[in-house]
Formats: sequence, structure tokens, C-alpha cells
Amino acid sequence: MLDKLYLYMTFPYVRYALIVGTLIALCSSLLGVILVLKRFSYIGDGLSHVAFGALAIATVLNSTNRMIIILPITVLTAILILKSGNNSKVKGDAAIAMISVGALAFGYLLMNLFPTSGNVSGDVCSTLFGSTSLLTLTSSEVWVSGVLSILVVVAFIFLYNRIFAVTFDEDFSRAVGTKVGIYNLLIATITAVIIVLAMNLVGSLLISALIIFPALSAMSILKSFKAVTIFSAIISVTCALFGFLISILEGTPVGSTIVAVDAVMFMICYLVGKIKG
Amino acid sequence: MAILTAKELTVGYDKQPVLKNINFQINSGDYFCIVGENGSGKTTLMKTILGLLPPIEGSIEVGQGLMKNQIGYLPQQSDVQRDFPATVYEIVLSGCQNSLKGFFYSRAQKKLALENIEKMGISHLKNKCYRQLSGGQQQRVLLARALCATTKVLLLDEPVAGLDPNVTKEMYDLIGQLNSQGLTVIMISHDIENVKKYATVIFDVNKLDVIKTSSESDTSKEVGAC
Repeated sequence: MLDKLYLYMTFPYVRYALIVGTLIALCSSLLGVILVLKRFSYIGDGLSHVAFGALAIATVLNSTNRMIIILPITVLTAILILKSGNNSKVKGDAAIAMISVGALAFGYLLMNLFPTSGNVSGDVCSTLFGSTSLLTLTSSEVWVSGVLSILVVVAFIFLYNRIFAVTFDEDFSRAVGTKVGIYNLLIATITAVIIVLAMNLVGSLLISALIIFPALSAMSILKSFKAVTIFSAIISVTCALFGFLISILEGTPVGSTIVAVDAVMFMICYLVGKIKG
Repeated sequence: MAILTAKELTVGYDKQPVLKNINFQINSGDYFCIVGENGSGKTTLMKTILGLLPPIEGSIEVGQGLMKNQIGYLPQQSDVQRDFPATVYEIVLSGCQNSLKGFFYSRAQKKLALENIEKMGISHLKNKCYRQLSGGQQQRVLLARALCATTKVLLLDEPVAGLDPNVTKEMYDLIGQLNSQGLTVIMISHDIENVKKYATVIFDVNKLDVIKTSSESDTSKEVGAC
């Protein structure tokens, strides 16, 4: 078993996948705490579908670095969704449902109309659920993912206090003069970035799991915001590594394996929380 | 000395006026209470005073160089907060956000948070989780947070909503104490009977007029004490 693992680790793309995957898991868990508490989980879900549509466009255009197309489209949509959510006249959830299924249909249509490979349904499946075995990233994608996720972690640490304040009570923050709009914008942008990054790892349909599960696991057993944040990061990274190992050893699809481990972890935490009271 | 003056003020959402032609003046040291039925527009008025909503017409003038970071606010509780995983200390400390320079809280700010926790008599709950506290304890936490944000003006939106009579009285006493220590209090309430005992000025949004002024307050305070 260890031999098999060792053999895999000698391939650079496996090491890349491991590093990037861990970083993405770390970022998404940090963000997850905020999104769950702000009742923004659905934004993550909607955005991941938009990212799928954008990916279809990038694939059809045969762009060498797909992120250049996907990232701006997703960030822009995130900002639009946030703005529409602030406007009481437009129903936020309906708008998001509309955008997300629209993007999904549009993306699938594009990929069928302009197939870039012989196996369209295989392509679609791996974009939705992540690659069937290990993810294959180009070295430029590894660099972009690495740098972006480190930026997200650094931003989170430095803005921790303000993010907490804005998440706990937006009205209070606004009343005492904190520029809430900027932080919401930042959160929306970071969400979009993480979703685009995580799409490589688990596929666009499973991203929400990566964002929501670790946060909910931590929340069901811990009582302080700091502890929840830290524990959620630890859970997420551990589950990602564990999922990777299983996926390598058993040859299961990496994305759904990680999510399955996350789900089991959530059930354990939920039970522990119930028992502790 | 007026610290806040509303002139010909109209407030509402999305250009839809809820309350029109409001005029009042709040002086430094006042215990100013805005009363009215539920749904009469009190919270809309409070949000306009706080600058969370733009006035539709008229103006709110702020005197004596009152800055945003000298205002403390006790909002009505939202669903988000009811099950929020955070300790009392974390929440109270977040009241210092308007004096946060750089990225992290200073030692002085942490000390201020601890002092205010003690002032509200909740030191023993410092590391407890907010969502496990009783309604009255939660209000004390939010009051301590508001005190971290202000030394001058405290705005309270229905601070006793949902509290039982004993805890309500404690809360009013606490607010009264803060007022007597020099803090200007602006409070929203639908509980006119109780408010009469404590407030120095009462503004009724249904009549759009002041129904009680400081001059009467002394006598009614004595009545309240009986």
C-alpha cells in the first residue's frame, strides 16, 4: 500500500494535485464559515453553475489558460448577485436560481454544439463532478491556484476582525461607520475565486459541499468563532488529504471521494455535538 | 446643546414615505425616547438617524462634531445572531471596530471590552457561547458591545422586546444608570407606560410631537420610584 503511494508521489502532477487540493480545501473552509453564517450558502451553489458555463465558453474558445476567461465572468456574476440581493424588489434566491440553471443549460449546449473532443459526455461529467481519477493541472494552473489561495488565506487572517464584525451584525457595523459594502464585495469576490479554483478539484456540482460541510461540522461542536474557523480549516484539510489517499489507493474519483469523507466527518461531528448537548 | 436635530424630516423605504414631517431636537445628556405602535415606522426613523437609510426629505443635523465612531447601537436581534457560534468576549470586542486601526485589536481595546463586560455584570459569561444565553443576557452582551463603540450617544431599538418583567426592569435600570453617567440615550419602544418612568423626553411618532419634556421628568421620576 505504501509502495503504491510512494510510486504515485514520484509523479510531479500528483504532488501538484495534492498541494493545490490542500490549499483549496483550506480556503473553501475559511470562506464556508462566513457564507454559512451570512446565509449566503446558496450564492456558492449558484456561482458554481455559472463557472461551469464559463468553462464551457473557455473550452469552446480553446483558450490555453482557461482561468483568464472563467475567473472574470464568475467574479462579475458574484458581484451582480450580491447587488441584486441588496435590492429588496428583486427576489435574491429566484434570481440566483435563474442565473445558475441558465448557465448550466447554456454551458452544456455550447459543449455539444462545439465539441472539442470525441467524448462530450465524458468532458461534461468531469467538469460537473471533477476528473474521474486524479486531477491533471497544467503548471500554469498550479501556479495561479497556489498564488490565489495563499492570497485568500492572507486576506482572511488580516481582515479576520472586520469579517467577524460584518458577519455577526451588518447593521451595527454600518451604524458605527464600518464600510460594510466593501467587505461584502470582497467576500463575494473571494467566493468566486475559490469556486473557480475548487472546480478543478471536485467539479462544479460538488463545490458547495467543500464550502459548507467543514463549516457545519465545526459549528455543531464548537462555541467560539475563532475555534470554529480554525477547526473548520483543520477538518477540511484533513478530509481533503484523506480523500486524496483513498482516491489514489482505490482509484475512486477524487472529488466525490473528498466530499464523501467530508460528509462522514459532518455526521461524526453532528453526533458528538448532540451527545455533548 | 443639540447633538441631533431633525428638520422637516420624511423617512421611509424606496422613496415610499412611512413617516412625514418629523421635527425634534435631542440634547446632550437626554434620555430621548421614540414611542409608537408596532409598524408605525419607529425602526425606519432609527435607521435614518443612524444613516442606514437616506432621508426622503428634510434633514438630520448632527451637532458638536458627533462622529460615526462615537455612536453605539443596540439593534433588534436578527435570526443570524440567534445561532451564531461566538463567545461573549468576541462579540463585545467587535464593538471596538470603529476605533480599529490596522488589522488587529490593541491591548487597550481588549481592556475596554473586558471593562464593559464587567460593567454589564456578565463577567462570568465571558467565554460562554452567545446562542446559549438567555434573552436578557444576550441584550447585556449587545449593550456591552455598544458601549465599546461609544462614549457619547447610545441608540437602542426595542431593548426590552421579549424580556420578562423582572429582566425588563433590570435592563431599564442599567440604561438609566448609563444615562446618569452622562451618555445620551436615544431609545425606541412601544412600551409607553414603562418608558414614562425613565425617559426625559418622549417623542410620539403617531402624534409627531414631543409628549413629555425634561421639565416634567423630575416629578414623574419620583412617581416612578414610589
